[in-house]
Amino acid sequence: MRSSRARRALLDAAIAAIVVAGMAIARGVYSNELMLFNFIMFLTLSQGLNIIYGFTGYLPFGYVGFFGAGAYGFALAVMHLHLPALAAMGCAGLAALVLSVILLPLLRLSGAYFAIASMAAAQALYEVIANPDLETVTKGPYGVSLAGVFAPAASYYLALAILAATLLVVVWLRNSRFGMSLQAIRDDSVSASMAGISVVRGRTVAWTLSALIAGLVGGVFAWHISVFYPDTAFDLSVSIFATVFLLFGGATTLVGPLLGVFILYGVYNVIGIAVPQYFQFTYGALIVLLVLFLPNGLVSLLTSRGIRVP
Amino acid sequence: MLIGAVIAGIFFGLYFTLVGLGLNLVFGVMRIVNLAHGDVLMLGGVAAWALFTSLGLHPMVSAILVLVVFLVAGLPLYYAVVPRLLRSRDSEMLSLILFFGLSQMIEAMTTISIGATERSLPPRLMGIGPIIIFGTRLPKAWFYSAAASAIAVLAVYFYLYRTRLGTLTRAVMVSRDEALATGIDVNKVSAVAFGISLALAGIAGVFAPFIMGSITPNMGVAINLTAFAVIVVGTLGNPLGTLLGGIIYGVSLMLMQTYLSSWANLLPNLLLIGVLLIRPEGILGRKVRRA
Repeated sequence: MRSSRARRALLDAAIAAIVVAGMAIARGVYSNELMLFNFIMFLTLSQGLNIIYGFTGYLPFGYVGFFGAGAYGFALAVMHLHLPALAAMGCAGLAALVLSVILLPLLRLSGAYFAIASMAAAQALYEVIANPDLETVTKGPYGVSLAGVFAPAASYYLALAILAATLLVVVWLRNSRFGMSLQAIRDDSVSASMAGISVVRGRTVAWTLSALIAGLVGGVFAWHISVFYPDTAFDLSVSIFATVFLLFGGATTLVGPLLGVFILYGVYNVIGIAVPQYFQFTYGALIVLLVLFLPNGLVSLLTSRGIRVP
Repeated sequence: MLIGAVIAGIFFGLYFTLVGLGLNLVFGVMRIVNLAHGDVLMLGGVAAWALFTSLGLHPMVSAILVLVVFLVAGLPLYYAVVPRLLRSRDSEMLSLILFFGLSQMIEAMTTISIGATERSLPPRLMGIGPIIIFGTRLPKAWFYSAAASAIAVLAVYFYLYRTRLGTLTRAVMVSRDEALATGIDVNKVSAVAFGISLALAGIAGVFAPFIMGSITPNMGVAINLTAFAVIVVGTLGNPLGTLLGGIIYGVSLMLMQTYLSSWANLLPNLLLIGVLLIRPEGILGRKVRRA
């Protein structure tokens, strides 16, 4: 029994390693670095969302709020404190962590209320940062430029490292006692707490972890892009893309969100950029069909037949 | 200035009652969140714009057309998605995602057919010059949209409390399963409620070019957040509580715009989070809804 569990964890870790190695090699052979970077970003974000949605059942529509907080945490640290990029990354993570602690009470809400309230929170943060009254601090709606720290190669590999760490967290959650207890809370919080699982602690850890990941991705995005506007950093479609990728592939698994990103974001890069409306339409239709006919994602084609998916 | 802001807020808030009313009716009857509500509203505005620019129809006439067409269109849409959705494990959560997909489809189709530019209607259609109420000057459009909203609230009240189908609707609101067990045709009742909800959104959309200045295909998300704030403040699932929610929203927005104008956009978001955290059951509600 014990060895089969170890084998499963090893398989999960091997898949994670292959993805990370693949993205590292891709940079050498494929010239569109921005596109590869976006892939890494969404791979990480959809796994970060997987941690909170897949393992606890809370779906934050405003997940982009943490991403934006990270991006602005990075930008403000560079602009005002003149920190080097790596230290500024620390500020990015910190900004998202602080935001997640402020928003902890939202976890008292359930289902749709939580989703909408988190979206309102992200929107509120956007209104604050994009407010022209704060131009001296955040540059308001006019955007920030961080040309001084621009380093495409370093930021690419840092993003890759964040992806690797995130995948490891998911592997750990899938194979650890803590991850199991989270899923027990998700399925039936009352029974779980009767069994001695600390519901509040479990949810808090998952929530802050997932926020931290989004914040770090936001920070590394700010570093890699180096010029951006509050509209880009708080673009609701970031949350939405990550959510759709996650649901399309299948939450709680490791490969589900990976498949979702590679398939859907791949299609997006082929047809979506030229005519975004046709893509938006296809996307919308896909979401509708998915919810109606395959609410547990692609992987449920296998899991419903009793096959374990990594 | 204070009294002016309050009066303007009441009229503005009445409009937002109309915006939220349908959303709340659907939530009350089906326990699902129609995230495409704002996009249906946008379609109502686009219809008013298209009918005026092509046929020269007055928006008041368009409003009646929109009412009928949206009401009828709601029925097949209901049967196409909602019954299947309600059978799923977590329909409230999945509804959010499903209707988000629908909203993306509507937004994309509208952008493809009329482009992404802002569309507006000449304000003179709603009458020239302001209307003066208790010494406060208001645009005539505000007065008419508030009147339309008041009529809509009364009509929904009449429907729910004075008609047979309305009584059945209230039975479904209390408990879908028990209503089903009593032999009520739950799907028919819900489909009509869904149609009414779309019709209400459509009418609100006809007034949108006048209240908001212009309409764009991507206005839906912001409208949804506001509409959700209004109905949460009012009490989710209680369509008549929307009236209170709308007025609270309108008055506080006008007060913000008078005294702290650059932060006014924060208001619906903060109001929503605040009410959800402090009093998730809404101002009129009794039932506590927590995780």
